Amino acid sequence: MACEVAGAPRGRGAGNLNETAGRAWPPEPSAGPSAPVRVIHELLHHLPGKHMETHLPDPMIPSPFVVQKVKRETPDTYTLALTPAGAAAPFAFAPGQFNMLYAFGAGEVPISISGDPADPKRLVHTVRDVGNVTRSICRLEPGEALGVRGPFGTAWPVAQAAGADVLIIAGGLGMAPLRPALYSLLHRRGQYGSIELIYGARTPKDLLYPRELERWRGRFDLRVHVTVDSAEADWHSNVGVVTKIIDRARFDPPNTVALVCGPGVMMRFTVMELLKRGVAPESLYVSMERNMQCGIGLCGHCQWGPFFICKDGPVFSYARIQDWFDRREV
Amino acid sequence: MDTTASILAAHPFFKNLDNRHLQVILSCASRENFTPGQFLCRDHEEARAFYVILHGRVSVEIYRARRGPVTIQTLGEGEVLGWLWYDQPYHWHLDAKALDLTRVIRLDVGCLLEKCNQDHDLGYELMKRYAHHLAVQFRITKLQLADMYG
Repeated sequence: MACEVAGAPRGRGAGNLNETAGRAWPPEPSAGPSAPVRVIHELLHHLPGKHMETHLPDPMIPSPFVVQKVKRETPDTYTLALTPAGAAAPFAFAPGQFNMLYAFGAGEVPISISGDPADPKRLVHTVRDVGNVTRSICRLEPGEALGVRGPFGTAWPVAQAAGADVLIIAGGLGMAPLRPALYSLLHRRGQYGSIELIYGARTPKDLLYPRELERWRGRFDLRVHVTVDSAEADWHSNVGVVTKIIDRARFDPPNTVALVCGPGVMMRFTVMELLKRGVAPESLYVSMERNMQCGIGLCGHCQWGPFFICKDGPVFSYARIQDWFDRREV
Repeated sequence: MDTTASILAAHPFFKNLDNRHLQVILSCASRENFTPGQFLCRDHEEARAFYVILHGRVSVEIYRARRGPVTIQTLGEGEVLGWLWYDQPYHWHLDAKALDLTRVIRLDVGCLLEKCNQDHDLGYELMKRYAHHLAVQFRITKLQLADMYG
């Protein structure tokens, strides 16, 4: 899937540096030596002992965070609320960015931030237990610690969407990286036209944040469409794929910004449907995922064609990546 | 144009249909309401109706002995139920139950088939719409089979 963790060290989507509202590593290189050398130089400038006047944290050194609360969302997915150990500064981030979470003794994984950007004192991550590292993270209890590097990557274009209708389409765990975007949109609700959330999951038991979905559904300024692939008789909402639900959403395609996150196949068909209805490729944003490890575009593990998902993404406008979006060989 | 005609003309399945054809279809049409929990059709029953959903929601279910009814699809305003009546021996293969108060236009299948046989232009027009509807249904089914949220 595109937007959340995948087993042992794996990727977490990419995005567009120009759209990033938070800190992005490395800084944009300038003219001079070749790009990788410049990048390394830039990074060396931020190492302890060099140029100590900078207050930017070293992107390769995890900061200790303490687990405050663990909530089981689904049988294999947990949401952890973390706070910095000691007197560290609040953790500012932009919706759509991710952190590298380090389970001591197990390893590191890229995980989207799923909390509210307006509440930087509490860092929230939703993690699915699919491998050794994520299992270690999911088994953490309140009071235990883990390492955090980040935030990395680009953000959902929340500010740029002002004045437009906003269509949020999430599939499975893709709801986690989209939740901060929805929080931000709702904090400045008056700036947008209609806001529609379409969220699909395998079964009702696989839905993330069910109480919050109910709360959102009760609002008059947000329309929520939840759908599952199959359900028992006690389920009274939609059954069917997310692409089918798009017809029920109210939006003006040429004046709509669409934010899409979910497994690759879901995003591919969703993008097709949105383009067919007239949403502009420049207004269509997806969050991609690859094997992200360093988080700053140095190691190359998350390279996807000409992009590094960790620093150019995870959030991309479709117009920027359309030549690569459907290519199976990359 | 009476209310049923104008509603049918505006429905996505019949949109832009020639008025002459619309009038023929109307001769097979009646309005029906279903209360929540009421079945529009049951598995194995003879398929005598093609439902054009105007309002409300319908769950399409398969009954499984160990799990009971499993909802595989929900239908709502602007959708149709019963396209399999074109396939002999004209029996329903699923249960369909109203989830909310549901208003439909019921088209009598026997009447519709007879009209299509009398007027092949009408038959072809309806068949084209069925073909499109089937293509969409197949696409949706393939996505469901792909277990795309896994």
